[in-house]
Amino acid sequence: MASEATPVLILRPSTGFLRLHLRDLWEYRELLYFLVWRDIKVRYKQTALGAAWAILQPVMTMLVFSVFFGRLAKVPSDGVPYPIFAYCALLPWQLFAFALTESSNSLVASQNLITKVYFPRLVIPISSVLAGLVDFAIAFVILLVMMLYYGIVPTAAVALLPLFLLLAVVTALAVGLWFSALNVKYRDVRYTIPFLTQFWMFATPVAYPASLVPERWRPLYGLNPMAGVVEGFRWALLGKEHAPGPLLWVSVAAVVVLLIGGLRYFKKTESTFADIV
Amino acid sequence: MSDIAIRVEKLGKRYSIGRRIGYQTFRESVTDTLLAPFRLLRRTRRDERRAEDEHIWAVKDVSFEIPRGEVVGVIGRNGAGKSTLLKLLSRITEPTEGFGEIRGRVGSLLEVGTGFSNELTGRENTYLNGAILGMRKAEIARKFDEIVAFAEIEKFLDTPVKHYSSGMYMRLAFAVAAHLEPEILIVDEVLAVGDAAFQKKCLNKMQDVGRAGRTVIFVSHSMPAIARLCPKTLLLDAGKVVRFGATHDVVSNYLRSDTGSCAARQWVDAPRQPGNEIVTLRSVRIRGVAGETRETIDVRDPVGIEMEYEVWKPGYALVPNFNVHDDQGVCLFTVHDLDPAWHRRPKPPGIYSTTAWVPGDLLAEGTHFVGAGVSTMIPLYTHFYESDAVAFHVVDGCQGDSARGDFNGDMPGIVRPLLEWSTRIIDEPIVASAQVVTEHSVAAGACE
Repeated sequence: MASEATPVLILRPSTGFLRLHLRDLWEYRELLYFLVWRDIKVRYKQTALGAAWAILQPVMTMLVFSVFFGRLAKVPSDGVPYPIFAYCALLPWQLFAFALTESSNSLVASQNLITKVYFPRLVIPISSVLAGLVDFAIAFVILLVMMLYYGIVPTAAVALLPLFLLLAVVTALAVGLWFSALNVKYRDVRYTIPFLTQFWMFATPVAYPASLVPERWRPLYGLNPMAGVVEGFRWALLGKEHAPGPLLWVSVAAVVVLLIGGLRYFKKTESTFADIV
Repeated sequence: MSDIAIRVEKLGKRYSIGRRIGYQTFRESVTDTLLAPFRLLRRTRRDERRAEDEHIWAVKDVSFEIPRGEVVGVIGRNGAGKSTLLKLLSRITEPTEGFGEIRGRVGSLLEVGTGFSNELTGRENTYLNGAILGMRKAEIARKFDEIVAFAEIEKFLDTPVKHYSSGMYMRLAFAVAAHLEPEILIVDEVLAVGDAAFQKKCLNKMQDVGRAGRTVIFVSHSMPAIARLCPKTLLLDAGKVVRFGATHDVVSNYLRSDTGSCAARQWVDAPRQPGNEIVTLRSVRIRGVAGETRETIDVRDPVGIEMEYEVWKPGYALVPNFNVHDDQGVCLFTVHDLDPAWHRRPKPPGIYSTTAWVPGDLLAEGTHFVGAGVSTMIPLYTHFYESDAVAFHVVDGCQGDSARGDFNGDMPGIVRPLLEWSTRIIDEPIVASAQVVTEHSVAAGACE
């Protein structure tokens, strides 16, 4: 009881022993909520189109892809109309790319908070990843409209969609943890991100189906967790017959490794953020 | 349960300075790593010393204990480590060495308006800022009206803060911060914002916080604010605790080291004494009624300014005089010796001591600097004048019988005389007096 009432804080140099202090993070859940809320509120302030941007970006990209890859290059689309095939992948992809970019820059952008107030620093990249979900939800409505238009009825696999969404978010967070912490020390990261997201998109089956990759290389292909996410999305929503299989499990394993490493690196460097940011 | 709210032991924080400050680029750290073996080979003693120079201990070997419910001031020159200490205590940065223990929920205010977002409205920022400072949503909602009233921004609640005047912005920012109710409050110089009236309000609020039994650590450059709010003070210099004790002692110690003057000054060897072949200055000091040298004087007590001088040549009607300045450099007054015993009367050679008494309840709180001189009036000639010869500090213990009365806020003015006040009733409405009589008689009747 007494210890409940008066929490005891210990100040000392951190040792090699790594602890996540998840309870601390839980204590600050309301701050997380408010930061996400702020990001969402501020995002489209003083724009003429407002939240329409959340729809415009994936829709325009889809149109460009449909014309160049679908119509002209005749990229196969696993028997699904190309526009919806691309859009279905663009949704998680743009969520990921956005969350990755935002979270990578998040610590540096929150310099004023980090140097003036204490809170678990993990709150910052997590909040910028979560803020991307609103755009995703808005763009998702368009997908539903397109499914109606093409008369696509999802199979029971649609129930697993939240899991694939979670995988996308966790992937963005895992990479975002690495980059945000690195960015505090090496501002090079900021310039790396735009390249990286571009390359990464071509390494992900957004504009083309994963079936283009030879069967025996596919598990290796799964090392790119976004490959698993995108394939999962298509399977859950567009009702392709076969589940992503081993590729997905490799993706999940890759994300877990990335996330643990990211958390470790983040926690290890966390104590110096305020000094060097 | 322990009654110590904060305990730190040998706390130290080292920063790198020079080339390595701030962030590195990847290229730099790659070249650094590649060149490391060569550096190792060529390492000389000088390099080692230089490596040592690249580090600075912002805080070193700091140990203290603060009991629960105490309000402690932290003072020191710029760069003394005050801010670093606060950052360590509020867990913004980690100590390089040492250990600290804080019992209770900590709220730190190193800046007001941290995390304010220009695009958001006053209402939205109140919630956001509150959450950043560690308040619960329910708690903010409960205090919301109070915060808005404190900030005096009711009309602009739903206006984005980017359209606020800087005064409104600061008021809102402080209002949120002022309603933070942690068990331990850590405050950096945040009162240095806003107009005088608002500052006064903030000081009062701070004082309420102290009275509510919370532990407060308060950094300030304003000695009057420290003296008023904090019974105890910690003096830092070059990252170390120089003194920790009763505010009056610590503050006067700080002022002495800071201004280079103290309450007593002596010129021992005759050739170095200010003056000429007629008269030289031996010493100046500030004394209390009992004759003791004092650096800190209660606002209610008389202040004695004493000068000792040696007259070498006869035949001069020498008039000692003093000049008192406040810490802003404003001259409060100039006085010269009017002792009728020596009026227009030459002083024979010898050593003299002259004291002028400034009555109690006249000087304002703060530091005062005294200049001392000796002149001849007819014809006017100044034999010597030593400006800022000594300094002293006037403090108000807020006992209620000074000119402050029960007022605890900021009292402007370069002097603070205790005036005589009187009020009498000139006329009173007849009905009211009749009522008083009736009530009185009723009460008397009830007693019987």
